[in-house]
Amino acid sequence: MLRHLHPQPFPRRGEGGITLISRVNPMKPLKTLFLLLLLTLPLAAQGALEIRITQGVEGAMPVAIVPFAWDGGASRPPEDVAGIIAANLNRTGRFSPLDQEEMPQRPRAADEVSFATWRDQGSEYLVIGRVQEADGDRYAVRFQLFDVASGRQLTGYSIPVERSHLRRAAHMVSDIIYERLTGDRGAFDTQVAYVSLTRQDGDLRYALQVADADGHNPKTVFSSSEPILSPAWSPDGRRIAYVSFENRRSEIYIQDLDGGDRTRVASHEGINSAPAWSPDGRRLALTLSREGQPDIHVLNLADQSLTRVTQHRAIDTEPTWMPDGRSIVFTSDRAGQPQLYEVSVRGGEARRLTFEGRYNGGADISPDGRRLAMVHGAGSRFRIGLLDRESRLFRTLTDSGMDESPSFAPNGSMIIYATSEGGRGVLAAVSDDGRVHQRLVLEEGEVREPAWSPFLD
Amino acid sequence: MLNTLVRLQAVKILLVLVVVGTLGACATADRHPAGTPADEWPGGTDQDARAPGSLDPDVEARPLGRDDRPLAQALDDPDSPLSTRVIYFEFDRDTVRSEFVDVIAAHGDYLSRHSEARVRLEGHTDERGTREYNLGLGERRAQSVRRMLMLQGARDEQIQVVSYGEEMPAELGDNEEAWEQNRRVEIVHEGGR
Repeated sequence: MLRHLHPQPFPRRGEGGITLISRVNPMKPLKTLFLLLLLTLPLAAQGALEIRITQGVEGAMPVAIVPFAWDGGASRPPEDVAGIIAANLNRTGRFSPLDQEEMPQRPRAADEVSFATWRDQGSEYLVIGRVQEADGDRYAVRFQLFDVASGRQLTGYSIPVERSHLRRAAHMVSDIIYERLTGDRGAFDTQVAYVSLTRQDGDLRYALQVADADGHNPKTVFSSSEPILSPAWSPDGRRIAYVSFENRRSEIYIQDLDGGDRTRVASHEGINSAPAWSPDGRRLALTLSREGQPDIHVLNLADQSLTRVTQHRAIDTEPTWMPDGRSIVFTSDRAGQPQLYEVSVRGGEARRLTFEGRYNGGADISPDGRRLAMVHGAGSRFRIGLLDRESRLFRTLTDSGMDESPSFAPNGSMIIYATSEGGRGVLAAVSDDGRVHQRLVLEEGEVREPAWSPFLD
Repeated sequence: MLNTLVRLQAVKILLVLVVVGTLGACATADRHPAGTPADEWPGGTDQDARAPGSLDPDVEARPLGRDDRPLAQALDDPDSPLSTRVIYFEFDRDTVRSEFVDVIAAHGDYLSRHSEARVRLEGHTDERGTREYNLGLGERRAQSVRRMLMLQGARDEQIQVVSYGEEMPAELGDNEEAWEQNRRVEIVHEGGR
């Protein structure tokens, strides 16, 4: 099922006395606005993830997202669009949205905005908007973004949307604002896959789930009484590869998100695990131990042919592709302790990448290929570390003891990872500068193994 | 550093005590969330041991190592080394500790005398480190046990190795007491096919 959300540039308006510069930001047609709606298969929703910002930030860009006006029958719109946008921007660490209580005014339209007031208040950018009820279940979400200093409108759109997709419209608005103000593409209208673990009548239930990037709308893709591991998104966001123990051993499956079609792609003797899609989506790097020890292999999905990439007595696992598709970064304990290495897809000599600390594994590469997020272990503490490949600068981003499975947002601005809170598995995210931390907590059970989706367009 | 060494020694002694204390009773049905509880084994044992006995009268009569009794009885005997089905490991190590050598040898000996017998070696780790790396480590532990079984005459086709990594802890909790229970290989006898 395809749904199109057509953005229409908003007519420019100015406050009396302030002249708008004639050129409105010529947003290139945003691919994100033509959406394939995933997950149309009948999926059971589980408890939503609740997000808690656990550490604030100073020095972020002050913005004000005024509560959106409501033109509709009911007393309130079904979602707090401005609140969703503010929470999204806040999570990145780059913005500091103004508390609604502290807003000097709540303009419903451009001609109600007093920029002088906002200048005094200190916000650098201002967003106002309105949710209009069209016919039946259809709404239009209109918004405008202003530069407070100049009073200029930087961008504005009207987005028609079905009632049930109002949150999604708020994420799209967030993406447009983020891109306009930072120059980088926003990643709010994306999703996260993860594995949940619940106990029902004493029986364990593992579920592969997909939720919005802010933890809302979780849907179950696959569930089993046996462990599920290592979900990996295909580059087009339409399929997920993962490890399932449903046959009491590790095997790799690929599942379509829009049709539910499910294929077993690796079931060799020994370990079948750690799937990672090549950037072109045609190959899967994986760990197989059919030759006696875990080694990195590449599976060509078209003809099922297998190429062995590493050949070492050590444990070689957790492959992840460089964005150019030519080399693979993986974990190996060939030097005695797990460290990260890089090897050509065609095999050959592997080059060691990490030297800091005695345990570095589970790498994820930033979309631009410049940074490596990893699980960094010291003693019995495991934290998320970030290595800048060019400068070789290494830093830890997190400060708890059981952090693993780092996964970059598709724009590289944040990293989601698994951690433990009071002995319970939870998901957490950290901005790439390490300044903003948040927890995503499932109402019941545990969550682990997060994987951030690519851009979904 | 010295302190650490002393503490390590203490932990080792404690480990041995724990292992000795759990011998025989260390079948993990109650703390094993999803795998095959080792407790299911005795039911299958009688059958497996009797069946070959009826085909080959010599088998039942043959003594097992230092044990003078027939095999079937030895398998059911809580005092037999065969009743130990869980082998524990040190952190991030896959070498079999000396106190388990005799146990594994007894299982290997049993397999070599019962060609129809099958075991599944389930390798496990504690929760520290990444899940995927731990899958590799769990397999390496199971392979260590497999090699020792084969030294005793067990054949390749009798042994299935599977790694669960850290996914099926025997004990929940993020402390050393739980971790040492979780770093293990479970020997699951599946009997004849």
